[in-house]
Amino acid sequence: MSNTNTEQYFVPHKARWPIVGSIGMTLTAVGAATFMNSSSSHTPVLMYLGFAVIIFMMFGWFGEVVKESESQMYNEQVDTSFRMGMVWFIFSEVMFFACFFGALWYVRNFAVPWLGGEGTGSWTNNEIWSGYEGVWPTNGPANVGGEFELIDPYHLPLINTILLMASSITLTIAHHALIKGLRKKTIGWLIATVILGATFLFYQAEEYIEAYQHLGLTLGSGIYGSTFFMLTGFHGMHVTLGAIMLTVITIRMIKGHFKPDSHFGFEAVAWYWHFVDVVWIGLFIFVYIM
Amino acid sequence: MSHTTTLDHEHDHDHKPKGFVNRWLMTTNHKDIGTLYLVFALIMFIAGGALAMIIRLELFQPGLQFVEPDFFNQLTTMHALIMVFGAVMPAFVGFANWMIPMMIGAPDMALPRMNNWSFWILPFAFIMLGSTFFMDGGAPAAGWTLYPPLVLQGGKNLAFAVFAIHMMGISSIMGAINVIATIMNMRAPNMGYLKMPLFVWTWLITAFLLIAVMPVFAGAVTMLLTDHYFGTTFFNAAGGGDPVLFQHIFWFFGHPEVYIMILPSFGIISEIIPTFARKPLFGYVSMVYASAAIAFLSFIVWAHHMFSVGMPFGAELYFMYATMLISIPTGVKVFNWVATMWKGAMTFETPMLFAIAFVILFTIGGFSGLMMSIAPADFQYHDTYFIVAHFHYVLVTGAVFAIIGGVYYWIPKWTGNMYSERLGKIHFWWSTISVNVLFFPQHFLGLAGMPRRIPDYSTQFTEFNMWSSIGGFAFGLAQVFFCIIVWRTVKGKGTTKATDRVWDSAKGLEWFVPSPAPHHTFQDGAPVKDEQLAHVSSH
Repeated sequence: MSNTNTEQYFVPHKARWPIVGSIGMTLTAVGAATFMNSSSSHTPVLMYLGFAVIIFMMFGWFGEVVKESESQMYNEQVDTSFRMGMVWFIFSEVMFFACFFGALWYVRNFAVPWLGGEGTGSWTNNEIWSGYEGVWPTNGPANVGGEFELIDPYHLPLINTILLMASSITLTIAHHALIKGLRKKTIGWLIATVILGATFLFYQAEEYIEAYQHLGLTLGSGIYGSTFFMLTGFHGMHVTLGAIMLTVITIRMIKGHFKPDSHFGFEAVAWYWHFVDVVWIGLFIFVYIM
Repeated sequence: MSHTTTLDHEHDHDHKPKGFVNRWLMTTNHKDIGTLYLVFALIMFIAGGALAMIIRLELFQPGLQFVEPDFFNQLTTMHALIMVFGAVMPAFVGFANWMIPMMIGAPDMALPRMNNWSFWILPFAFIMLGSTFFMDGGAPAAGWTLYPPLVLQGGKNLAFAVFAIHMMGISSIMGAINVIATIMNMRAPNMGYLKMPLFVWTWLITAFLLIAVMPVFAGAVTMLLTDHYFGTTFFNAAGGGDPVLFQHIFWFFGHPEVYIMILPSFGIISEIIPTFARKPLFGYVSMVYASAAIAFLSFIVWAHHMFSVGMPFGAELYFMYATMLISIPTGVKVFNWVATMWKGAMTFETPMLFAIAFVILFTIGGFSGLMMSIAPADFQYHDTYFIVAHFHYVLVTGAVFAIIGGVYYWIPKWTGNMYSERLGKIHFWWSTISVNVLFFPQHFLGLAGMPRRIPDYSTQFTEFNMWSSIGGFAFGLAQVFFCIIVWRTVKGKGTTKATDRVWDSAKGLEWFVPSPAPHHTFQDGAPVKDEQLAHVSSH
């Protein structure tokens, strides 16, 4: 087992980090659950500790993988395993978003019209929610969360759409430069991508502030607020994660980790970023415009 | 490379790490991780079984004797969650870890460190889930389906249960990604897709199902969490949501999930039957296509779990007919197993006994499922003991019997010791008789109108409930006996040494490595030999 012959598939001797990850995950979960259940608003120390452990685990684990990769311990077959892992992970993320898009589709096409008396819902409407129209956008027949206004899709969301799509293009330019071995150009376009992603997040935050402070639109604004904030919120978290990943590969690029013919880390982040971009286009159409 | 071949090589790299922490906590070895999964699954099986014993004890007589109704509801919920996510699924992942690399000639799983993490999340997740029993308001008490609004009316358990489910989901997804990457990327030269054992095929399809639906379940329970703690109204009609929305999302996960628990069983049974019938599996390729067809159909039939919820008429019809279609590929499988045995030189060792019982009893479960697919008839037995009988036939005499059969089939390869055939046969007959006493009367209880998840019942149901409980206690005891058999086999008490081939005429790569299988196998990447394989396709 001591040989580093790249003919052989690399199987690490030991996995030190998974158990650290499990402990971090458990601390985070227990901390968050305890925090949610408590009536007083104390600082969720346990949760933050859990996050810290998870971040520590990621540095350790990824660092180990980077080190092994840099010392040529992986052959092409290992590379393929990593690629498959990333592809199927992104597929699982697609299904996670599909769940929330599906919920949006269901409430808009079935639940809300039925509450408004369509189809077999006429009795429900007459007896329980008499007078409710059942028209999207809605916070439900009980006007949960009070009156609210919508975000205009052609202001901040349109700017954000352009920003994200541009970032996908800059990332692709960086990738092509990397393949051609143009290191400086790659780094430049990567930095541009990170800046575009960060700007997107800035405007997203602006939009949330606008919604909460001026439009009366909150997470508690009935089903509209629920679907709007959960979909855009989870997307925002993924953009944040993607931007961190982009920053990491920019640093790795500067350190000279990636070769024109071998840069799986770069490609994995690029796939992830394009995925996040596609989800945004879905959001822009189905949440903001329609 | 110092060695030239790993096949038939006695002492190949049998370097097990020393010490508990090195050997088990930090392991990257697929066999050790497989063992961890299997041991964990057995512990969870006994824990979940203990909860079931309390349920059957309470239901032995009408009236309330032992537990409060709310605690009874906690028991049914936790029994189900533990059995589904703690026992059956991890057991299959254990089999996958042990067998898939050995069956396709791979040196290990594709992503060994992640493999370790997939396992080591589970104990934490289940400690968290179990801890809800000791909280204010107790454990979740809304069935394994966790329907709102009921599940939102519990105590502090919801956040803990939801996060535990998230962790189980992460574990399952990582495990599934590993299985797919292993099968697609790690096959030895000359191991084409249509030469793979059926167990490998069914797991490939199962892994795809897992990655597709576990995130959907994660989304559903996240919505429960935000509805409860953060004021969203996904499942609250007052805010424009709909509790039925949860049911749709849950069953979009839930129906593929039940096939996640049965497809690997099909794989195991398809390994066992040809060995003891001494004939190749009948219709190998059609088995592969049937598995894929079952997986596809599982995505488009979910609302047959919701016939009585008040869906539009067209939806009832669609889901009824689509559901009935599933019996076609499933029928292909059952007929293929029977055809494999037809005119075979059969012997009836314990794995074969469990496999034959599986074919018969799973088919009974399949037929009661077909009965419930008929929407107008389902209105009669919805949420009665009929459904309880149905899913226990497919999950206990189906999935669990396949797991037990698989353990007897491969434990000589894992431990190097041949289990006691006499004790195995006792365990088989004890289990098979008692499990039918346990679940068969529940069909009639359901048809007569006894509702599920209720701690008390009308007195006319007494006699059948008593029989069911007696069967339950006997079945529970039989599984304690099973634990003893496994322990004795592992320790080599009252056993004989297993040969490498174990079963005469068994085919497949795992039977051409020594028993017990060395810590590392197939490291040289040599092409597999066709004569060792069960399926050498004409394609």
